[in-house]
Amino acid sequence: MTKFEQASAFTRRSILLGGGALVVSVGSAVSIDTLLSIQAAFAQGAKPALTPDQLSSYIAVNADGTVSAFFGKMDMGHGLFVAIGQIVAEELDVPFKSVTVYMGDTGNSVNQGGASGSTGIQMGGKQMRMAAAEARRVLVEMAAGLLSVPADKLTVTDGVVSASDDKSKRISYAQMIGGKYFNIQLDWNKQYGNALYAPGKAQPKKPSEHKIVGQPIKREDVAPKVFARENFVTDIKVPGMVHGRMIRPAVAGAVPTKVDESSIKDIPGAKAVWDKGFLGVIADKEWDAIQAAQQLKIEWSQVDPPFPDQASLYDHIRKASVRKRNIEKENGNVDEAFKSAAKVIEAEYEWPFQSHASMGPACALVEIKDGQITCWSGTQKSHFVQQGVASTLGVPPESVHVIWKTGPGSYGRNDADDCAMDAAILAKSVGKPVRLQYMRDQGTGWDPKGPASVHKVRAAIDASGKVTAYEFMSKAFSRVDVDTNGSKPFDTLAGQARGGDLKSGDGFGIPAESYAFDNKRAGWETIPPLLDRSSPLRTSHLRDPVGPQIHFASESFIDEVAAALNVDPIEFRLRHVKEPRDIALLKAVAEKSGWQSRPSPRRDQTGNKVSGRGLAYSQRNGTRVAIVAEVDIDRSTGKIWARKFTVAHDCGQIINPDGLVKCIEGNIVQGVSRTLWEEVTFDRKAVTSVDWLTYPILDITETPGEVNVVLINYPDIAPSGAGEPSIRPVAAAIANAIFDATGVRIRRVPFSPDRVKSALS
Amino acid sequence: MTQRFALTVNGTSHTVNADPDMPLLYALRDDLGLNNPHFGCGLAQCGACTVHLDGQPIRSCITAISTVGDAKITTLAGLGTPEKPHPLQTAYVEEQVPQCGYCINGWLMTAAAFLRDKKNPSEAEIKDALSGLKCRCGTHISILKAVKRAATMMG
Repeated sequence: MTKFEQASAFTRRSILLGGGALVVSVGSAVSIDTLLSIQAAFAQGAKPALTPDQLSSYIAVNADGTVSAFFGKMDMGHGLFVAIGQIVAEELDVPFKSVTVYMGDTGNSVNQGGASGSTGIQMGGKQMRMAAAEARRVLVEMAAGLLSVPADKLTVTDGVVSASDDKSKRISYAQMIGGKYFNIQLDWNKQYGNALYAPGKAQPKKPSEHKIVGQPIKREDVAPKVFARENFVTDIKVPGMVHGRMIRPAVAGAVPTKVDESSIKDIPGAKAVWDKGFLGVIADKEWDAIQAAQQLKIEWSQVDPPFPDQASLYDHIRKASVRKRNIEKENGNVDEAFKSAAKVIEAEYEWPFQSHASMGPACALVEIKDGQITCWSGTQKSHFVQQGVASTLGVPPESVHVIWKTGPGSYGRNDADDCAMDAAILAKSVGKPVRLQYMRDQGTGWDPKGPASVHKVRAAIDASGKVTAYEFMSKAFSRVDVDTNGSKPFDTLAGQARGGDLKSGDGFGIPAESYAFDNKRAGWETIPPLLDRSSPLRTSHLRDPVGPQIHFASESFIDEVAAALNVDPIEFRLRHVKEPRDIALLKAVAEKSGWQSRPSPRRDQTGNKVSGRGLAYSQRNGTRVAIVAEVDIDRSTGKIWARKFTVAHDCGQIINPDGLVKCIEGNIVQGVSRTLWEEVTFDRKAVTSVDWLTYPILDITETPGEVNVVLINYPDIAPSGAGEPSIRPVAAAIANAIFDATGVRIRRVPFSPDRVKSALS
Repeated sequence: MTQRFALTVNGTSHTVNADPDMPLLYALRDDLGLNNPHFGCGLAQCGACTVHLDGQPIRSCITAISTVGDAKITTLAGLGTPEKPHPLQTAYVEEQVPQCGYCINGWLMTAAAFLRDKKNPSEAEIKDALSGLKCRCGTHISILKAVKRAATMMG
């Protein structure tokens, strides 16, 4: 039998017979020689709708046998696409190098939620695994029909299906479907975003069969970055493009009352775009747009300064009206247990507003052409930006194509989505493509902020020294004053500036751990925003939203209780954690860090230079992290060096250990920065931390000398997230180490030298 | 009023008409179409815009084009190529340093000048030389490893 005779079997009828169901549609019956003649990927055949219930929305086999994976999430710098490529290659039985992962393009992927909540692998990878497994199943069934060999007698190696007992009977994926689209219905759960899940009939491989998953494969995007060959969103240019800049008020809440466009008439192409509170300029050249934004004469409305003195921020939070109260966890009878306590330990902790302060301010390019709108954005959530641009411009979402390109850093709901909306309005107004980049003061001063918070924690102790009750309450600005994406105009600066109704949401969180106290309560209260629209202190998601502040408080407090009871901090935690994975984690970090069992603080140091060690542990959506920080403190200057970290990390099955370690290192370093330095400053009129001098972050001279990571791998436990969990316990580990070294408890972040020095004096 | 300026960038001569006060950054990015360096702050606080002028690292975001004169400009693309990489570029790939990568011009261009002038530097000297540069993703540990690796290669 020749190959082409085999190919003649490739008809709808044979596939129906072979698979028991219509597993692939090639339109009218097409012979394999027709398929083989197709050179360009996707050039032929009708593509099924780009909907979550179609296999073609996730996977395509190209004419040359390479595989395209279309991913509705994107990489924020951790090499997520490598892990996704590993998962897809594993399930499809193709070489890793043959898979290309396309991310965050609304033109070829469905809304899998974008970069969100460390779910790239946990949720996004799960879906891609199921899609790739289904593609393999379909292809094996096709091969069964074509080779006249039962599917269970076929094996797949590097994209070639062959009979297990006769390798001469073989056909490649490319021969079967290369350049054509799968037309396979998946069992979609009707959810969009992170929750989207659409498996087929296939079962994925057992972890014991994995050969590509688990390998330390390197990123291929490093070289293009290093040789300056990667296009960031800031680098995109289109013909006829002009440059935009936005103008923000000096007093938050003020709006322009008069704009004198004649003041920029000497600047080539300069125009002002003004709509209520929205004010921007465009010019032919970028430098001219910057000049125009500075030169434009504007009169602003007189408004009362909206903010409290920064010195009274935490008083404001304590006294503010409660907009929503939510007890997320309660067991036993907490109030009764406190009444009968022999001793009550209590403490309050404070965390400031923090900024994403991305490496560069946001940039977006919007082109409107023949009724079609294209937006290039560094957003974390391009499918939501698609909806936002559509709503902002009053067009259907199908008219908007959002192309994600690597932005200048991210870390949550930064300024990227606002920038996309502003660019869309500018482009519509001037009838030209507009590239808008914010200035530094707008990137740091006007991004949505991580919420400031106060945490009140107490524990009841009985006469024997046992913890009988535990209560954790946060009072804070909401984590979703504006939502985590720009899909609704009222969640964007442009929408608010143009008069959109605000819908500030309520949300916070509670500690994630497995301490089994008989009586336990954990909850939160949210307070109203300081300004009801266009606020530079509007709050939203900043990396590990509310995790660092909550666990700074909860893990500092557990340490305080351990110290009060004169118990070693790890031993104390081991007495109370109930989940085996947490116990294994704590033991691993103790062993790796060379932990000596003793209570804190150590009492054997004199002089200005002292050292200490501190532990903190937390969970996050399945992942668990325990950290030991070893810090040096100069009592005379208050300067802290977080010298060494030992991190035990358990996120279930590990897809790529090298990528995971890099991801953890970045979390630790950024966590140190947020703990030691970062605090949004403001006066009664505006945010005053607007650049790297006024919003300092960690310098390389302060970088930890060592970050030792212990990866705990559970191949049979579905992978959970890693993008954020390890930033969560950093602040508490450092605080606990400072206490260990000095006996002084610092309960307010950041631990800047002035604050530490004054606390120690 | 714009004036005409001659620039030599990565060995190639160009002419740019620009406001004399315009920072060099915009000439490189917008007029010459180079996708490096990057705009990070416009205030010489982060280093994302760093290029070499006659081998010395400068912040192109605050360097008026009129002050460049005859100095030869080297950008990251001129530091090395995949075929002839600078040791730092090799080390960066080996150590898989960047996350978002937006800050990379500052670290590589500053370190390249430092390692050229200082053989076998200590870790403290490396940190001191790179102090003030910003990386928001927190890749500092890998940066240090890569610079040390490059220093060994250049030793």
